[in-house]
Amino acid sequence: MHNPAPGARLQLRGITKHYPGCLANDRIDLTIAAGEIQALLGENGAGKSTLMKIIYGVTQADAGHILWEGREVSMRNPAQARAMGIGMVFQHFSLFETLTVAQNIALAMGPQCTPQQLEPRIREVSARYGMSVQPQRLVHSLSIGERQRVEIIRCLMQDIRLLILDEPTSVLTPQEAEELFVTLRHLASEGCSILFISHKLAEVRALCHSATVLRGGRVSGHCQPAQCTDAELARLMIGEIAASIEPHTKGVAGEVMLDVAGLTWANPDPFGCSLQQLDLQVRRGEIVGIAGVAGNGQDELLALLSGEQRCAPGHLRFAGTEVSSLRPDARRALGLAFVPADRLGHGAVPDMSLADNALLTSFQQGLVHHGLVRRSKVVALAEAIIARFGVKTPGPHAAARSLSGGNLQKFILGREILQQPRLLIAAHPTWGVDVGAAATIHRALLALRDTGAAILVISEDLDELFQISDRLGALCGGRLSALKDTAASTPVEVGGWMAGRFSAIDTPPTYAPGSH
Amino acid sequence: MDLDLLSNILYAMVRCGTPLLLVALGELVCEKSGVLNLGQEGMMLFGAVAGFIAAYSTGNLWLGVVMAMLAGMLLSALFAWVALVFNANQVATGLALTIFGVGLSSFIGAAWVGKPLNGFEPLSVPGLSEIPLIGRMLFAQDVLVYLSFALFALVAWVILKSRVGLIVQAVGENPDAASAMGLPVLRVRTLAVLFGGAMAGLAGAYLSLAYTPMWAENMSAGRGWIALALVVFASWRVGRLLLGAYLFGLASILHLVAQGVGLAIPSNLLAMLPYVATILVLVLLSRDALRTRLFAPVSLGKPWRPGH
Amino acid sequence: MLLSLEPRGEHSRVMLWCSPILAAVLTLTCGFVLFLALGHDPLLTLHTLLIKPVSDLYGVSELLVKALPILLCALGLAVAYQARIWNIGAEGQLLMGALAGSAVAVNIIDLQSRGALVMVIAAGMLAGAAWAGLTAWLRTQFNANEILTSIMLNYIALNLLLFFVHGPLKDPAGFNFPESAMFGDASRLPLLLEDGRVHAGVYFALLALVAVWVLLQRSFLGFQIKVLGLDKRAAGFVGFGEKRLVWFTLLISGALAGLAGVGEVSGPIGQLVPQVSPGYGYAAITVAFLGRLNPFGIVLASLLMALLYLGGESAQMSLNLPQAITQLFQGMMLFFLLACDVLILYRPRLKGRRSVPKDSTAVVGAV
Repeated sequence: MHNPAPGARLQLRGITKHYPGCLANDRIDLTIAAGEIQALLGENGAGKSTLMKIIYGVTQADAGHILWEGREVSMRNPAQARAMGIGMVFQHFSLFETLTVAQNIALAMGPQCTPQQLEPRIREVSARYGMSVQPQRLVHSLSIGERQRVEIIRCLMQDIRLLILDEPTSVLTPQEAEELFVTLRHLASEGCSILFISHKLAEVRALCHSATVLRGGRVSGHCQPAQCTDAELARLMIGEIAASIEPHTKGVAGEVMLDVAGLTWANPDPFGCSLQQLDLQVRRGEIVGIAGVAGNGQDELLALLSGEQRCAPGHLRFAGTEVSSLRPDARRALGLAFVPADRLGHGAVPDMSLADNALLTSFQQGLVHHGLVRRSKVVALAEAIIARFGVKTPGPHAAARSLSGGNLQKFILGREILQQPRLLIAAHPTWGVDVGAAATIHRALLALRDTGAAILVISEDLDELFQISDRLGALCGGRLSALKDTAASTPVEVGGWMAGRFSAIDTPPTYAPGSH
Repeated sequence: MDLDLLSNILYAMVRCGTPLLLVALGELVCEKSGVLNLGQEGMMLFGAVAGFIAAYSTGNLWLGVVMAMLAGMLLSALFAWVALVFNANQVATGLALTIFGVGLSSFIGAAWVGKPLNGFEPLSVPGLSEIPLIGRMLFAQDVLVYLSFALFALVAWVILKSRVGLIVQAVGENPDAASAMGLPVLRVRTLAVLFGGAMAGLAGAYLSLAYTPMWAENMSAGRGWIALALVVFASWRVGRLLLGAYLFGLASILHLVAQGVGLAIPSNLLAMLPYVATILVLVLLSRDALRTRLFAPVSLGKPWRPGH
Repeated sequence: MLLSLEPRGEHSRVMLWCSPILAAVLTLTCGFVLFLALGHDPLLTLHTLLIKPVSDLYGVSELLVKALPILLCALGLAVAYQARIWNIGAEGQLLMGALAGSAVAVNIIDLQSRGALVMVIAAGMLAGAAWAGLTAWLRTQFNANEILTSIMLNYIALNLLLFFVHGPLKDPAGFNFPESAMFGDASRLPLLLEDGRVHAGVYFALLALVAVWVLLQRSFLGFQIKVLGLDKRAAGFVGFGEKRLVWFTLLISGALAGLAGVGEVSGPIGQLVPQVSPGYGYAAITVAFLGRLNPFGIVLASLLMALLYLGGESAQMSLNLPQAITQLFQGMMLFFLLACDVLILYRPRLKGRRSVPKDSTAVVGAV
C-alpha cells in the first residue's frame, strides 16, 4: 500500500464479456491511478457486477486486456487477484456467521496464520483506520455495518493496493456511510486505489475523485463527479433526459385499512430481530413508506402482516377485523395482498410456470371449483397479467426462473393488483430491477392507490420512498419511528430515524440485531 | 446388581457403541461440510462383507480391516460422483446407496454366510484393566475399540483446533462464500464423503471381524440409521457424539441388564429398544428449532454448483 | 474429465422420460458384465431373470400378484414425495397393516358374511395410516426428521410383527410354527381368475391409481402438495399449511401401504407369517422414483420391479444365484436413474469445444 508510483495502477482495455442472451460488457476501457477513488456508476443491469468479477478473477473476459501496474496479467481466480494486491468487498457478504472474526480472517489469509496469531494484527489494523472490531466475537452477533468492517479489514490485512467495493452503502445508514467514507479517504491518502461501485449520485459526488459511467454494457462517459450536476450524471447513466424526479401527486387518505397497535413480538431466532411496540396505520388512498436498513425488523414485520407468523391477538386489525390469528389465505380473502422481498423462492416458485404461479395467490378468484383446478381460467389469468403489465416472456407456460428480475417483479405485482386488494403490502418492490420496469411498477402502485387501495411499501431505497409515498417512517432495531408526511420531511431526517434517533431527545437503541 | 455385572455392562456398552461411534464420526465430518449421506447402512454392510472375505481368505485380520475401509470408500465415491459432481438430490442418492450397498453385500456374501472366523481378541492393558468398574470397559477391549478412541480424539482435534476443521465448517455453512474466497468446495466435500465412507467401512469391519466374527445378511440391523440420528443428537458437536454412541450402545444391550435383574421380557420387544430410544432422542432434540438453527450446517443437503 | 456439463436452461422433456429407460438399459448392461465376471453365461442369466418368469400365463399372473403391493405402496409414496416428505416407512406401514388385518381376521374366522373382509381391510388401512400418522405427529409436533423416525418405525413394526406371530397370534393348532391360523374364507380376498393367484386386490389398485392421479394432477390439494415440495417458503407465504399437508400425505401413504399389507395376508398368503414382505416397502421407493412420481410411470415401474423379484427367485432355483440379486438390481437401477437424471438439466459437452451462446438465460440450478 505504500507504493505511490505515478501512472496507472490498473488499466482495462477493451474488456468484453458475453452471457447467453446478452452482452454484459462491451469493449470497456478503465484506468485508475494510485491513491485515486474512482466510482463505477450505472443502473442495475449496466454491467458493473460483471466487470468487477472480471477484475477480481471470478470470471474471465472473452476479449480485452488487463494491465496491473504496467504489466499485462490474466486474472484466473480470486486467489491470484488477492496475491497481486486486489481486495474486494462484495455486496452480499462472504462471511461465515458461526465463526469468529479472527477465524473468518484466518480462512482468507492462508495456511500460515492461525486465528490466535492474527488477533493482535486485527486489533492494530482496525484501530488504525477507525473501525473498531473485536476479533473474538462471532460474526452472527455483529451488526451489518460491523460485518462490513470485518470484510474491509480482511482485505486490509492482505496489504492491498486496489480495494473494490460493490454497493457498500446499500446496507448502511447515512451516518455509517459517512464513517465508511472517512476510512476510505484515509486509505486513499496512503496510496491505495479504490473502485467504488454505486448508483447513488450524492455519495459518489461526496467521495470520489473521478467516475466511469456504464450504460448497457458500454462506457457512456468519464467525468469528475464534483463538477457534474445530477442531471448530467443521470443522463450518462440512463441515456435520456431523466424524467424530472418530482414527487407524484399525493393521495387523499380515507378510512383506516391497516391498524397496527403496540405490536411486540419476540423472535425465537437468535440471528433475527424482535419487534417492540410498533404503531402503524395505513389508510385508503395513501401509500405509507417504511425505510430502514435490512435486518432491523422488516422481515419480521412482513411475516406478521402476511400471516406467515402469527402473533398475540389485539395488535393487528384490518378494516376493523381482528386478524392476528388468521392464516395467509384467510387474510387474502379479506382483501390483503402481498409482494414479498424475494421474488424467487418466496413470491414465486422458480420451477413452476407463470400460470401455476398465478394460481399460487389468486386461487380465491374463482380458479378452483369443487376442489379441482380450472386450468383454462388459470392460464387466462396469467395471460391477462402478462398483457396488462408488459411482462416480457414467451408465454404463461414459461418457468418463473426464466424471467428477468424486472419482468418477474412486474408479474408478481400484477398478480396481486388484479385481485383488486384493499390493502397491498410490498417489500423492496424495485430491488434489482431495471429502470424501465421500476418505473412501470411505481406507476402501477400509484394507480392502485388512486383507485382507493391502501398501500404499505417497505424499502431500503430512500429515493423510491420519497417519490411514491405519502407518509414516511423508519424501522430501527425493531422499533418504528412516528410517521410523518413525506412533503414535510427530508432524507437527512429519515436517515436519523434509520439510525434510531426517533426524536431529538431519543437515544438510539443498542444497534445489534440479535442482542435484545 | 453387583459390581461385576455393572462392570460387564459397561464393557458391553463400549463394545456395542463402537460401530455407532465410528460411523457417526464419519458422518459428522461429512455433514459438517454440508453433505447429507444417508447411505451408511449400505457402506457398513459392504465394508463388513469385504473385510470378512478378505480376512477369511488370507487369514490376515488387518488386511480385512483395510479392505473394509476401501470398500466403504468405494461406495462413498459413487455417492460423491452422483450427488456432488452430478448434483443429484442427496436424500435420494443416499437411499440409492443404501439399497445398492445392502443388496451388493448380500449378493457377494451369500457364499460366506455362517463360515467361522477367529476375530480380534480383547487386548488387556496389564494393570489398568484391573481397575474396578471402568478397567474392563476402557482397557480390556480389542484393538479396534482402542482405534476408535484414537480416531475420536483425532477427529475432535481436527474439527476444533485445526485449519482443516475451519475450512470444513466454512464450506458447510456457506459454500458460495467459501468458493468466492478460493476454497475448493467440491474437493473438501468429496474428501469429507470419502472419510465418511472409510469410517463406515471400518465400522462394518468391526462388526464382522471383532464384535461377532462372522458374516450374516443385514448384520448391521439399522445401526447406520441410528448413527445418523446420533449426529443430530450430538447437535453436530464431537464431544456429545461419544456420549450418544455409548448411550445407544447401552440401549442395545438392555436385554443383558434385564437378565441380570431377573426380568423376563420377550426378546422381540427388547430388540425394539434401540429404535425406540432413537425416536425419543430425535424428539427431545429436534424440538428445539433454535438449537438446530445454531448448530446444523446451514447448507446441509442442499445441492451446490460452483459459479456465480 | 473429458466431458463437462453445461446447463440447459430448462428441463429437457425428452430426457425426463428417456432417463429411466436409459437407467434400465445401463443396469442390464452392468448385470451382463457382472454375470460374465462371475462365470455365468450372461445371456442365459438375463433370460432366466427377465424372460423366463413371464414366459407362461401363470408367470404373468404371478407378476400381477407381486406387482400389486409394490404399486399400492409406491402410489402412496408418490403423494408424499411430491411434497418432499421423505416417507421411508412404507415397509413398516405395510407390516402394521398386515398385523392389524390379521389380528381382526383371526378373531372372526367363523364369521360368514362379506362384512368380514370389509372389517379386515379397514383394519389394515387404518393401522397403516396410524403408523404413518406417528411419523407425521413426530414431525409436526417435534420437528423430528421423518426419514429417521419412519425407518426406526420400520424396525419396530417388524419386531412387533415377530412378537405377535411368535406369541399372541400364533396358531394353537399350528405345530408351534410362527404363523397365525388361516383366515376364514369370508376374510379372504376372492380370486379373479381360475388359474393363478390374481385376486380382487387388483380393483383396489385401479381405484387407488385413479384417485392418486386426480389428486396430484387435477386437484387443488395436489397443487398445494407440489408447491410445498418445490418451495416451502412460498407455501407458507400463501397459507398452504405445512402441518396439514404433512398429515394428509403421510396418512394417505400409510393407508395405501397398510392396504398393500392386509392385501397380502388376506389374499395370496391367507395367514400372518413372518415373511409377509420381502422388502416391498423399500422396493416401492425405487419404483416411485423410477416412475417419476407419476401414477402411470409407477405402474410400469412396479411391473418391472415385480419382474425382478420373480427373476430373483427363478435365478436362485435354477442357477443357484443368491436371491439378493433382486435388491442388487434395484439399487443399481436407482443409482443409474439418479445419475442419468443429470441429463435433464445439463448437456454433456466435450471439453475444449466452446458452445455458441444460445438465446436463453443460463440457469445454474439443480433438482
